Amino acid sequence: MAKASTAKTKSGAKDVYQASKDELLEFYRQMLLIRRFEERAGQMYGMGLIGGFCHLYIGQEAVVVGLQTATEDQDSVITGYRDHGHMLACGIDAKAVMAELTGRCDGISKGKGGSMHMFSTDHGFYGGHGIVGAQVSLGTGIAFAHKYKEDNGICLAYFGDGAANQGQVYESFNMAELWGLPVVFVIENNQYAMGTSVKRSSAATALYRRGEGYNIPGRQVDGMNVLKVRAAAESAFAEVRSGGGPVILEMMTYRYRGHSMSDPAKYRSKEEVKKMRDEQDPITQLKDIILKLKAAGEDDLKALDKDIKAEIAAAAEFAQNSPEPGADELYTDIYAKPKERSL
Amino acid sequence: MTIEILMPALSPTMEEGTLSKWLVKEGDKVASGDILAEIETDKATMELESIDDGTVGKILVEEGTEGVAVNTLVAVLLEEGESEADIDVKAPPPKESGDAAVRAEPVEARPEAKKPAASLAGDPDIPDGTEMKSQTVRDALRDAMAEEMRRDETVFLIGEEVAEYQGAYKVSQGLLEEFGARRVIDTPITEHGFTGLGAGAAFAGLKPIVEFMTFNFAMQAIDHIINSAAKTRYMSGGQITCPIVFRGPNGAASRVAAQHSQNYAAWYAAVPGLKVIAPYSAADAKGLLKAAIRDPNPVVFLENEILYGDSSDVPEMDDYVLPIGKARIVREGSDVTIVSYTIGVRESLKAAEMLAGEGIEAEVIDLRSLRPLDMETVIASVKKTNRCVVAEENWPQCSIASEVSSRLMEDAFDWLDAPVLRVTDADTPTPYAANLEKLWLLSADRIVEAVKKVSYRD
Ligand SMILES: Cc1ncc(C[n+]2csc(CCOP(=O)(O)OP(=O)(O)O)c2C)c(N)n1
Ligand SMILES: [Mg+2]
Repeated sequence: MAKASTAKTKSGAKDVYQASKDELLEFYRQMLLIRRFEERAGQMYGMGLIGGFCHLYIGQEAVVVGLQTATEDQDSVITGYRDHGHMLACGIDAKAVMAELTGRCDGISKGKGGSMHMFSTDHGFYGGHGIVGAQVSLGTGIAFAHKYKEDNGICLAYFGDGAANQGQVYESFNMAELWGLPVVFVIENNQYAMGTSVKRSSAATALYRRGEGYNIPGRQVDGMNVLKVRAAAESAFAEVRSGGGPVILEMMTYRYRGHSMSDPAKYRSKEEVKKMRDEQDPITQLKDIILKLKAAGEDDLKALDKDIKAEIAAAAEFAQNSPEPGADELYTDIYAKPKERSL
Repeated sequence: MTIEILMPALSPTMEEGTLSKWLVKEGDKVASGDILAEIETDKATMELESIDDGTVGKILVEEGTEGVAVNTLVAVLLEEGESEADIDVKAPPPKESGDAAVRAEPVEARPEAKKPAASLAGDPDIPDGTEMKSQTVRDALRDAMAEEMRRDETVFLIGEEVAEYQGAYKVSQGLLEEFGARRVIDTPITEHGFTGLGAGAAFAGLKPIVEFMTFNFAMQAIDHIINSAAKTRYMSGGQITCPIVFRGPNGAASRVAAQHSQNYAAWYAAVPGLKVIAPYSAADAKGLLKAAIRDPNPVVFLENEILYGDSSDVPEMDDYVLPIGKARIVREGSDVTIVSYTIGVRESLKAAEMLAGEGIEAEVIDLRSLRPLDMETVIASVKKTNRCVVAEENWPQCSIASEVSSRLMEDAFDWLDAPVLRVTDADTPTPYAANLEKLWLLSADRIVEAVKKVSYRD
């Protein structure tokens, strides 16, 4: 089996995806949709409309948009608790996601799962998992099923830099390579796991090299640049889909907000956050490219922003007006009936 | 339409906070994500970010204002083309209440009645005339660890975010500063690994305190707790001991749903070789954690996130260490025995007050220790009351309540005038929706109902 080298990819022309004007605008729309959705979710959490833990994806939008736009219908996705952006990038209705955040009956899990536990079988989206690292073995299992069923699908298993230290990740790496499973391990390296920086948690910080002991090729990618993410997706997916076994993509990214809503984020400086926002924001970067290439004008982008705001406002309204689940829902969905298939 | 900026809730349990500082002034242009103000709660200083682009039209709550209720309008942003004339609000009157508080009780699921105190009366471990000081469970736990670490060089604390972050729930506040990075150790997110490491260090003579950010994550590590820590003394014919404490919040928090809300008490209490403790009051949290750290055996010490901020009396003693394996009668009564532990004690005490209003005097027993289980105290009480309800925030099947109930049938059958009833959470995974979570949880109302049933008063 031919394997790409595990060397860090040097930035070059083929590392940047050559997007059409329509694609550029679609990437922009999706990233902005996630950004506005998350801002609104944060605000609604502040108003007490969302409870429990709520982890926002602001800053990381380019990762999921660059990857998900390169998937095919038969592919599947699994991630952790920071999942709102992944759901939107999978094309799941913002209304159903927002109504899950408010715990209402029109939520995608009928209000029973909440922010960290959302699923959509229609979109091959297997969650939404609250236990750090669990999605890595689960995603490997989903990839096992793709191979078993010979459906030409691949599974994208997203996890964080912190999750990358869980033992089950390495057990999964070994099996995935041993059995040639079609799984893309996406490490969203936003540089912190709660209050712990990668330097403080990892003996070797080049996370894309974590598969070396198992012969899994890894690439480090600028996860703040959607075109570079997309380019990395194209080559990795082709390799995995053609039977080459797993690939690791380490996406270098950054979360602007605290770990969850109740994190005062004392472990990093305001300047550090500001510098990332000012210099590397994925949405601003793409906007500059769009304007430079004249794919759209300032006014077009303003109009798009307005449409997205309206869509989010409608989702928020819907999520607040949707009724609470009925009391009998407490006891439903615990067991499947004999003939029911869960997926 | 102007954009309203409201005082945000920054945690599931926050009700009010201090608006400590404005970072913008009227007339400033702001973009979505810009920091507008700093807000202080008793746990942290947080930033209030703008939710939209606009111009600061009016600031309605001055900086330095304390006790600003969540959802108070604090400022108004103007959108393009709007002027001050578009603002149509009056400044809210500042609230008088003093301290900014993050309440331990979640707002919706657990409506706060006046909290009846658990009595420390008659505690043989507290000499007469001992001064008491009111302390949160959080601080009592911290003090217990600090005192034991001062006393014994081999005691160290290890876990996720315990050192630099001061604990995910701030239980280890200040310990890094006092004891340094050699003894207060941040781990990667590797529960299975650091639990095994802890057990190994204990085999080799150290006394680790292993903190789980919550016990939900100890499921990654349960093999080492049971197969390594609990059984090795037996398997080695008594050669190897494993003096280790596994501690952290256990049970349901507020609205964190199925994967983050479970009570593992019955799981661990089933295992020979482990000791299992689950305190309710601050005094017990302190006295029993000190005992757990000194105990030469593996001890699972189950805390509760909702109770961390609860204050109660702690004796001011140089060395307050309680015996493991003794229940505490927290309220005396003659008509019925309510047995509970950890947060269930709070609901039981509330129920007892409600029942007193109807002429039923309930005796409330806080088990405190679940292995060994102090059935002697429970049976003595049942011999007096002849009725028993076990109230537990847990699933019903194979619960501590099942165990107590079956032991009563074996050993106190002749003293019972009614079958023992279990009152627990619903037999389902924990739902996220506020209304379903409330239905799911153990409540004082349901304890009252069960007491009336065993008293034939329904
Ligand atoms: C097994 C387990 N341990 C601990 C936690 C608590 N926890 C939730 S998120 C988190 C940090 C994860 O960081 P990372 O993997 O980098 O993802 P990020 O939050 O940065 O997206 C921790 C420790 C958990 N949910 N599950
Ligand atoms: Mg991270």
